[in-house]
Amino acid sequence: MENGSATQGEGRDPSGFLSEIIGSSVTVKLNSGVVYKGTVNCELQSVDGYMNIALEKTEEHVNGVKKRSYGDAFVRGNNVMYISAD
Amino acid sequence: MADVDDGAAAPVSEPLDLVRLCLDEVVFVKLRGDRELKGRLHAYDSHCNLVLGEVQETVYVVDEDDDGEETVKTIHKKSEMLFVRGDSVVLISPQGTS
Repeated sequence: MENGSATQGEGRDPSGFLSEIIGSSVTVKLNSGVVYKGTVNCELQSVDGYMNIALEKTEEHVNGVKKRSYGDAFVRGNNVMYISAD
Repeated sequence: MADVDDGAAAPVSEPLDLVRLCLDEVVFVKLRGDRELKGRLHAYDSHCNLVLGEVQETVYVVDEDDDGEETVKTIHKKSEMLFVRGDSVVLISPQGTS
């Protein structure tokens, strides 16, 4: 990340967290309220500067109810509310 | 470094690589406004503008009848070729694995 080293002096940079959690199990919530989980194991494959996300083994939960599962999924960054490392 | 390097053998190192791997495959696309598409991915760009062929569109509409009961209606549409503007894309997933 080009930006990482410039701001590393004080306080950390969110992109540091994002690159740290690649490969781990995450929960991603979208602005629509849909949640991509976590529980079985949805693994973060990669993130970019737009916060576009590639997920593996993903479960889609709407209002707490499991709706679907995806082997691989690309989520467009503008829809993301948060990414949490489980 | 930041330039788009279209190496064919590149692994998934950024999220859009996942979409690149779906080229010419059937993909499932979730859109804003409770719409879903299933079709063959012919082209995409960094905005997630998509060109899909042999598309099946599903629209979910919540119907409220006189008693205030809500039922979800699905509407199916088919198109031979579709251009999707990237800003309405929520999720893209290869169909083979779901």
